[in-house]
Amino acid sequence: MNGLIFLIPIALGLGLLGLAAFFWSLRKGQFDDLDGAALRIFVEEEEGREA
Amino acid sequence: MSAAALIERDFAVPDIRCAGCIAKLEQGLVRDRRIAAARVNFTEKRVHLSYTPDTGMPELIGAFSNLGFEAHPIGTGPDEAGIEAETSRELLRAVAVSGFAMMNIMLLSVSVWSGATGATRDLFHWLSAAIALPTVAYAGRPFFRSAWRALRHGGTNMDVPISIGVALVCAISLYETATSGPHAYFDGAAMLLFFLLCGRWLDSVMRDRARGGVAALLRNMGTGAMVIDDGDRSRWVDATALEPGMVMLVAAGERLAADGVIVGGESQLDLSLLTGESVPQNAGPDDRVHAGTLNLDAPVRVRVTAAGADTAIADIARLMGEAAQGKSRYVRIADRAARFYAPAVHCLALTAFAAWMIAGAGWHHSLLIAAAVLIITCPCALGLAVPAAQIVAAGELMRAGVLIKDGSALERLAEVDRALVDKTGTLTLGRPEALGLERFDDGVKSLILALAQASRHPLSEALMRGLRTSDVRPVEVTSIRETPGFGIEALWGDRIVTLGRPQGRGLGDALATELSVDGRAVATIGFADRLRPDASEAIAALGREGIDAMILSGDRAEAVAPVARELGLTAQTGMSPHDKLAAIERQAAQGHKVLMIGDGLNDGPALAAGYASMAPGSASDVGKNAADCIFLGDRMMPVVQTIRMARRTQAIVRQNFIAAIGYNIIAVPLAFLGFVTPLVAAIAMSGSSLIVVGNALRLKGTIR
Repeated sequence: MNGLIFLIPIALGLGLLGLAAFFWSLRKGQFDDLDGAALRIFVEEEEGREA
Repeated sequence: MSAAALIERDFAVPDIRCAGCIAKLEQGLVRDRRIAAARVNFTEKRVHLSYTPDTGMPELIGAFSNLGFEAHPIGTGPDEAGIEAETSRELLRAVAVSGFAMMNIMLLSVSVWSGATGATRDLFHWLSAAIALPTVAYAGRPFFRSAWRALRHGGTNMDVPISIGVALVCAISLYETATSGPHAYFDGAAMLLFFLLCGRWLDSVMRDRARGGVAALLRNMGTGAMVIDDGDRSRWVDATALEPGMVMLVAAGERLAADGVIVGGESQLDLSLLTGESVPQNAGPDDRVHAGTLNLDAPVRVRVTAAGADTAIADIARLMGEAAQGKSRYVRIADRAARFYAPAVHCLALTAFAAWMIAGAGWHHSLLIAAAVLIITCPCALGLAVPAAQIVAAGELMRAGVLIKDGSALERLAEVDRALVDKTGTLTLGRPEALGLERFDDGVKSLILALAQASRHPLSEALMRGLRTSDVRPVEVTSIRETPGFGIEALWGDRIVTLGRPQGRGLGDALATELSVDGRAVATIGFADRLRPDASEAIAALGREGIDAMILSGDRAEAVAPVARELGLTAQTGMSPHDKLAAIERQAAQGHKVLMIGDGLNDGPALAAGYASMAPGSASDVGKNAADCIFLGDRMMPVVQTIRMARRTQAIVRQNFIAAIGYNIIAVPLAFLGFVTPLVAAIAMSGSSLIVVGNALRLKGTIR
């Protein structure tokens, strides 16, 4: 029973953390261009080539 | 250059296809000093630019075309589309919140089901309540709002049983918790909201995605014009800022941005988007010209007589408004189901309550049973059945190059049994194609190519398209000069070669161009609008699907007859927009569900009036706005694929409904008899939802 005092807040806290992370990424536009993100790995940075 | 003064704007760039395009655009655009930042959105085929305020629109478009891309500016600032996208986001946030709540409540509920008793169980129930009640208040808003709206207007919809069910279940569970009862249904309420919100969100995403695609395609109307001031200086003016009295300079190959009267120059105008007429018309000073027509030949000066909202000929706009009313009467399949479902669910729950009261179970126990009936019948699977199937279908169609505007369009497309098809631009490609290029030898071809690629005239582009397939390389030519209204002249070694309007011989109105070397004609090339490559195949396939086709054309009978003969169709010719509308109404009166396929401004009212309608990607803005769905590319087969897909989707939706009803037939008696504990409700709900979504996924890979 005593374990619950720690475990339940931890479980809820982790869940809330996930929810907050999702909202953050939504607001930052992480989901705006899902297909593009997969292709950007092939894009060579121009600065990198010149250096 | 201060960073604060930068202007931000989105551009639709339909040709973004690969990682190379992203790199080329993002790194190439910022080389222009006036463009501070460029960011490609690959999914929506858009580029977001930040640029200095002194940059004009033509320079920005020029920056794109230097890199080999065609770009079109999209709206200015927040508009209706932005608000719609916001609803999607709000729904997604609600999905996330209810998902979080569902998982955490489930965590507590599983402990209760696996044997927690006494103080532990009460603690878990209280914790569940603390999570569930705020969640219901937040994530349930879309349902409460819509249910309240329906009730206030004296009607009922799917959201009424949902709202009553969720509210009642929460109230009873709270009472149970307070009195240390064994069953609380908080997990059921949260799960119900989660599944239903998923369905709503999918529906909304589908509409957003299609709208984004359509917005990217709306470009035929000139987005602006070069306006000449009194001092003969020219500046770029956006289409929205054009005013009557201004004089615009329209280059060859440009579309008119406003209605007007020609005040200088002579040219040929392509009216096909406006009237369906395939032969270009000569226009000279004092002739009236309309927005949306394409200037083919030489630059003209046009004095604006009407701009902006007034341009699209008032009559067509009015007809469209009237025609569209018929379509809004269509009731979507889910709402039709709800009409029977909602009263049935309410009656069942009430009967359960009354029956158990009469049987002497006490009001507490009876209410608990009624709540279980509501939870178990709540249209969890029904709410997902339609959107899940439709979004999978729309995604598949989008991959095949077909944009579906919304779910109701798919439902209506599945029911059509008669197709009325426009000719110019729909059955045909709607652009000039060079005829008989293959009869020339390679020397002539490479000479034509060398001259044609120096010009952006529509006929030159047609020649380049035609020659690209045969393997010829352009010869070296020097001192190229283009004379508007005539053609191109250049030096080939020490000989003068020209490509331009045929001299002397009477070719009538037909489009043609002539290649001559040192003033002697070498080759004459005719141009004509051609049938789409698979038009006859597509018409035959439509017939096999039980859909008879007929041509409705605004063009002259002589122009339509060969097309009709080749496709084996009957045709009506010389039709005004009003005639087309009347033809559709006649078919509808005979009980046919008409699919209208058309592209022009003159097809607008007919597209709005048809039971369902489709337009090619090359259609006029009016056509694309009025149509339910848009198919891209030169092929016509997507029309048939869309109808097949719509019918398959409808079949899947029907199966899903049957599955949901079958599930109710088993579950309702159990709930009625009081066997449905929260555990059973949770299993039944998620099980039926999974079956429905799984069934919808079978639509994937239908188009091959």
